[in-house]
Amino acid sequence: MKYDTVIIGAGMSGLSAGVRLAYYEKKVCILERHTTIGGLNSFYRLRRRNYDVGLHAITNYAEPGTKQGPLSKLLRQLRLTWEDFDLRPQLRSSIVFPDCTLFFTNQFNFLTEQIAAAFPAQIDGFRRLVHRIADHDALNLERTVVSARQVVSEYIRDPLLVDMLFCPLMFYGSATPQDMDFNQFVIMFKSIFHEGFGRPFDGIRLILKKLVKHFRSFGGDLRLRAGVSQIQHRDGRATCVTLDDGTQIEADNVLSSAGVAETLRLIDPDNPPVKAPPGDISFVESISVLDCPPAELGHRDTIVFYSDSPQFHYQRPETPVDLRSGIICSPNNFDYAEPLEDGRIRITALANPHYWMSLPDDQYAAEKQRWNDRIVASAVQHMPDFRGRVIDTDVFTPRTIRRFTGHLNGCVYGAPEKWVNGQTPLSNLFLCGTDQGFLGIVGAMLSGITIANRHLLK
Amino acid sequence: MTADQIRQVILDILERIAPDEDLSGLDDARPFREQMELDSMDFLDIVMELRKMYRIQIPEEDYPNLNTMAGTVAYLLPRLKDVPVSA
Repeated sequence: MKYDTVIIGAGMSGLSAGVRLAYYEKKVCILERHTTIGGLNSFYRLRRRNYDVGLHAITNYAEPGTKQGPLSKLLRQLRLTWEDFDLRPQLRSSIVFPDCTLFFTNQFNFLTEQIAAAFPAQIDGFRRLVHRIADHDALNLERTVVSARQVVSEYIRDPLLVDMLFCPLMFYGSATPQDMDFNQFVIMFKSIFHEGFGRPFDGIRLILKKLVKHFRSFGGDLRLRAGVSQIQHRDGRATCVTLDDGTQIEADNVLSSAGVAETLRLIDPDNPPVKAPPGDISFVESISVLDCPPAELGHRDTIVFYSDSPQFHYQRPETPVDLRSGIICSPNNFDYAEPLEDGRIRITALANPHYWMSLPDDQYAAEKQRWNDRIVASAVQHMPDFRGRVIDTDVFTPRTIRRFTGHLNGCVYGAPEKWVNGQTPLSNLFLCGTDQGFLGIVGAMLSGITIANRHLLK
Repeated sequence: MTADQIRQVILDILERIAPDEDLSGLDDARPFREQMELDSMDFLDIVMELRKMYRIQIPEEDYPNLNTMAGTVAYLLPRLKDVPVSA
């Protein structure tokens, strides 16, 4: 059977592209190497408990029925309803630096008031920056790269406030160290500060399962354990893909969510047509299951972004884990109608991918445990000490991420250089997902939709 | 299909594309975009829904005809007059 399009990867972007194409009666097949769907944002069961990978929160929160914004746009495009996502808003999050804490909620004015109180000399500049951001069309696919730090420093003079604003935005979506492309900054600023966080009561599995059900109901094929090992091509066009087991699948178009460097290697493993270095920003995450909700210990924030120094260091650390900064997420602290089954604290910190990839197998488990303890010890300086209440623990590392996503360094936000128009050296091979450049869960879905609309539905 | 039936088909499509909009007071003479949140992605969906339902190809240079309900109905009437409504 020949397909109109085969899609590599059943993550958020591949599934969303698949829904669009199948809805408009294209013959589509999604190929996923892993045994389950989701890619970077997936889920698993361990010792009789459900866990999410990736998802701390869904950004771009909007109240059900909202007519504008990315979330409303993607629901429309995917013919899904607000109920399908069941998003519950965050309670309150914080950015914690030495001697200064800023809180934010899904009401943008709250952050503005916080900044006015803590940085009175900067508030006018901040307001002007907000106008600049509002006027910026970050979804323009023909954009050029501009340093966000340079733009922001034109409006805000206090380096502490600059770093406090960059901290959540970089942690939740920067593939580049220390600085971001201003377009990326705008996307993240709107999605986190303007719109804010939400989470479905049942976690990411709810959304993923909805997408798959939808895709299949329109006639799409989804194959798991079907890794693509090569993209065959002739005269500058992809002709078919070869699976790990040697099966060949013919298609008029190929849409890859595997990443730029990873996709180029599929074209020619030894001599990729273009050089594209993979990213190397990755994380270790410590997940603690508690015998009580975090609120019982006095922890009510949804997400805490912390840095132990006034200068925020966002880069691949030389040490296995960078203990100076991190993200504390409690999935319990969203505005649900009923409490979650158990208490959870997830702490995420920058990690050195090369260290974790090259660890001998017999040391891996012990090192995970050792660094878990150190990450928790550093995080409890910024929240109530929960260590006496832990009933189960799991840890993931760059190695885990590579296994789930195929990203070369286990990088979370993909390559530093984005290919925003989705085109590749092969005329009928396109990119979507992290390396196309719309980030986060909503961004990934919009990426699949946008590239499908632009190149595969005309 | 008659003009009224085509109008209903377009309303059904808009309902699917933008379920959060109230279309009961739609003014046929005014552009859709002035009356509802409809970006270029959504607009393309009107074209694609028509293609999916009635196999009608609308070339890009004809898109301006579809800015209003009245324009859309006038444009589609000769093209859909022999097509049954339940197609």
